[in-house]
Amino acid sequence: MPVIDVNALIGPYPFRYVPHPDPEVLVRVLDREGIDSAWVGHLPSAFYRDPTPGNRELFAKLSAFSNRLVPVPAIRPDWPKWDVALRDAASAGAVAVRVYPPQWGMGPHDASLRELAIAAGEHGMATLLTVRFEDLRQRHPMDSAGDLSAAAIRALARAGDAVRLVVTAAGREMIEEVHWGLTPGEQARVFWDISWIWGPPEDHLGKLFRTIGSERFVFGTHWPLRLTQTPSANLDLLPDDLLGMSLADARGICATRRPSPVAHPP
Amino acid sequence: MTASSGSLVEPLIDAHAHFYHADAGRADWAAVNASRLRAGERIGITYHVASVLGSYGFSSPTYFPSPADVTRGNDAMLEICDREPDRVRMFVTVNPNYADHATAEIERCAERGAIGIKLLASRRADDALLDPIAEIAADHGFPILHHIWQHRRREWPSQEISDGADLARLAQRHPKSSFILAHIGGGGDYMHTFPAIADCPNIYPDLSGSGVDRGMLDEALNALGPQRLLWGCDLTMCTGLAKLHALEVIGLNADDMAAIRWTNAARIFPKGSFPRCQ
Repeated sequence: MPVIDVNALIGPYPFRYVPHPDPEVLVRVLDREGIDSAWVGHLPSAFYRDPTPGNRELFAKLSAFSNRLVPVPAIRPDWPKWDVALRDAASAGAVAVRVYPPQWGMGPHDASLRELAIAAGEHGMATLLTVRFEDLRQRHPMDSAGDLSAAAIRALARAGDAVRLVVTAAGREMIEEVHWGLTPGEQARVFWDISWIWGPPEDHLGKLFRTIGSERFVFGTHWPLRLTQTPSANLDLLPDDLLGMSLADARGICATRRPSPVAHPP
Repeated sequence: MTASSGSLVEPLIDAHAHFYHADAGRADWAAVNASRLRAGERIGITYHVASVLGSYGFSSPTYFPSPADVTRGNDAMLEICDREPDRVRMFVTVNPNYADHATAEIERCAERGAIGIKLLASRRADDALLDPIAEIAADHGFPILHHIWQHRRREWPSQEISDGADLARLAQRHPKSSFILAHIGGGGDYMHTFPAIADCPNIYPDLSGSGVDRGMLDEALNALGPQRLLWGCDLTMCTGLAKLHALEVIGLNADDMAAIRWTNAARIFPKGSFPRCQ
């Protein structure tokens, strides 16, 4: 199974300097770390009122790396013609769309978000959520959006059968709060990236594998904000009986459509 | 093995580790301790230099531990060192608000093999109550590992938190003592810390903490150089391993990599503290 980083971004971050957040650098990092491909969003778009220009830039910058980097545009469901933007994203080969409810001032039960998540699923795309970009303890005073709430994730997971969620940068507590607050059918719509789950000595990742199952988790790095090596290190430090357990295949999250990204040659 | 030998089996010292005990308010304390040692084997940690933080809040606050909890925690740490003499070393934890008790604990634990002092956030780092502790540390050749918030912009609950600038004032008053600035990845803004301590050659930041920001290690190296940095994990060993791998791809030469992995620690802790690294 190819290793797919579902949580990569390009572009600068407004609250601190991030070294060379560029697609050509990302590809080199993927090569170095043995990662086959990445779902890539446009970091500054999370902070734009209108993400449309950011999406244009995302598709343009990734076009030279289409065999490795898959665009994940941001779609704002309270923006006019978001449905057209969603359809265009699907036509352009997006595997998922990013939404940023806290940054857009949307509460946990926002109806437009539910509508978008359903529509994305019907187009064969997952809805990708970001719990946080940075540790709460280091945020800029102007970075006041706060973390995505567990209630918001539960509400989207309950929105309909077509919904598929990929939740990035969640920790154990949030994952458990969401997972055990859903029916088994709803739980199956939610996938969690492992970029922000702790390993030993607390062994949160191992505990989640035992209780929730490794098939609910996908590989994610949170590049360029965080060290790419973190999720691999976490997997390498799993307890002996969990070593080598398979994560979910990101290609299967929305399996009804689109070919998988091409694995890079050895 | 030495750095120049080119061996892949370099010593590795975790300069910031913690263990738990039966009175630390959690039923799984032994499993957590075992997990640290198991992960240490996987990572290749030669020595865990560790402390116990009182009762971790169970019977007094973690960062303001009572004298009784300090003693109980240090006893637990001594027991672990006795049980794991080949891979565990000890920081003796003290609360400077109880000056006589702090002094007595340092002497008691030094006699039984402690090699450093752990200060939490019971007093600001530049408080005069820390001066006698820094003097005792210099006498013993013990580094002081001081809990730090990277850029203190306000008071935080449950601790009297310090930042790099606070610790720098203490370090400047005690140039013969060595200070380990805790966890640059442990919260706050490390970019404030680096210039705050750049002119204090007796402050050695450890790389531990859950924070794994890209650029953090590069900036630490740029600002302070490899001879000032200590590798460590604190509470998240996965991020410790990630930083180790990140250092490997930064392009450090073998001596600089060895400095961060272990030779800096071997230099600032008492001579002979790490016989398996010699």
